[in-house]
Amino acid sequence: MLKDITIGQYFPGDSLLHRLDARFKIVMTLLYIVMLFMGEAFYSLAFGMVYCIAALLLSRLPVKLFFKSLKPLIPILLFTAVLDVFFITDGTVYLEAGFLKITEEGVLTAVRMVVRIIFLIVGSSLLTYTTSPIQLTDAIERLLAPLKKVHFPVHSFAMMMTIALRFIPTLMEETDKIIAAQKARGASFDTGKLTDKAKALVPVLIPLFVSAFRRAEELATAMECRCYRGDIGRTKMKQMHACMRDWIALGVTLLLLCCAAAAAVLL
Amino acid sequence: MAILRTEELTYQYSAGTPFEKTAVDHVNLEIEEGAFVGVIGSTGSGKSTLMQHFNGLLRPTSGTVYLDGTDIWEDKTKIRDVRFQVGLVFQYPEYQLFEETVFRDIAYGPKNMGLTENEVKERVLETAELVGLDEEILAQSPFALSGGQKRRVAIAGVMALRPRILILDEPTAGLDPMGREDILAEIRAYHKKTGGTVLLVSHSMEDVAKCAGKILVMDHGSVFCYEDTAAVFRRVEQLEQLGLSVPQVTKICAELRKRGIPLGNDIYTVQEAVRQLAACYKAKKGGASVC
Repeated sequence: MLKDITIGQYFPGDSLLHRLDARFKIVMTLLYIVMLFMGEAFYSLAFGMVYCIAALLLSRLPVKLFFKSLKPLIPILLFTAVLDVFFITDGTVYLEAGFLKITEEGVLTAVRMVVRIIFLIVGSSLLTYTTSPIQLTDAIERLLAPLKKVHFPVHSFAMMMTIALRFIPTLMEETDKIIAAQKARGASFDTGKLTDKAKALVPVLIPLFVSAFRRAEELATAMECRCYRGDIGRTKMKQMHACMRDWIALGVTLLLLCCAAAAAVLL
Repeated sequence: MAILRTEELTYQYSAGTPFEKTAVDHVNLEIEEGAFVGVIGSTGSGKSTLMQHFNGLLRPTSGTVYLDGTDIWEDKTKIRDVRFQVGLVFQYPEYQLFEETVFRDIAYGPKNMGLTENEVKERVLETAELVGLDEEILAQSPFALSGGQKRRVAIAGVMALRPRILILDEPTAGLDPMGREDILAEIRAYHKKTGGTVLLVSHSMEDVAKCAGKILVMDHGSVFCYEDTAAVFRRVEQLEQLGLSVPQVTKICAELRKRGIPLGNDIYTVQEAVRQLAACYKAKKGGASVC
């Protein structure tokens, strides 16, 4: 059940996308999002779409995976589409019934919004699918390094993120186990009124909290035993080196961004 | 008659993703009513996964589980009743404790069954006695207890359902030798008293040898063999190839036999070894110098 959630998961591999420098991937993802939301014209959106599909193919991950990650978003997509279709009343009228008015502009906006959200999710999940959590937080730490000048605790922040990400699967597994154990004692989570359902969660949440605190304490002890004291004098085992392919990938991204911008302005 | 039967039971984890793995592979099995079955197999052999099919926590990818001849998934809404009939104690069950008092935690299962308050109370007290929990402990918080006591409370929480089949997944893991002995003795007492079917999953050959009448050996998701305890422990070499073993005492007796001491073949408990050695010693004293 909980295992079906794929957002934020990492799928190991050896594709070009997997091998790119994580810092570049983060920056490229941000540029890609800008690309998607740049212009109103379809032509400018097309650049983002092409970019995303190309990246998707380069990642060599099964396309099914991306459909799965979109599944939980279907309600939001429908909601956005309906809202746009009914509440934008400019342009040629297609259909009019009472106070409802469906117009060309409304339909176009709806399609644009839905396409954008889909590509936004697919594109950003590509980042986490192809980058291990450790690489990701390492990259964030490096990218945020300038903030150290203003005494922002960049290292602690990155360490917190690493630990949080590291424990998501552990806690999920634990939750699954506790749910199974309580089910074996006759707990039922999907029947009854809303209040019953909320009450049914108590036997899961209490053991989960107890174990989370226990794990936190054990981890803290383990870190102290290895003389962890933050980033003072700490070096990295895996240095990040940007190489040619990273710069080329960034260049291609920038080029497409410029094209999309040009398309947005000119067309 | 077999109380539990499986037919071509197969289960795959994460089917359709790169992590796909067949954990249980075409298992055909019949468990007799009232039996005490030991389940052994190396880590990842699919023991725990198989056990979770017996009470409907996992649904087979293909194949069927029959309880009393009925497919447990025939009526999806009745799966909770199956869970009351087939009690499953997970590994490290103490991590599922959540109530304010021991009493209320043991009462959680019976309450879910919809029993009256008096019935619940009766069951809790009876089960607590069975696993050796004093009445004063019942009023305490389960989180304040020692590891062994917590384990007892958690096992009692499932026993209180009065399941017809009780499955225990490594109930002695992580306990000291005394704690292990006590818990096993309580499980044996439970089996004797209720006459129910018990399945004991364990890594310890000694534990299984002490309790089980029959042993199920799992390997790579399939049933390697399902035979009487004595017959299984005769397969020394095969077991060792599976990364398993036979009880220490069986090994010692085999060595002694090699050196000419006339011991029987099927020794897998210390008591039996002591009995046979004593008989041997007596025979020697009696003049017949066989040893």
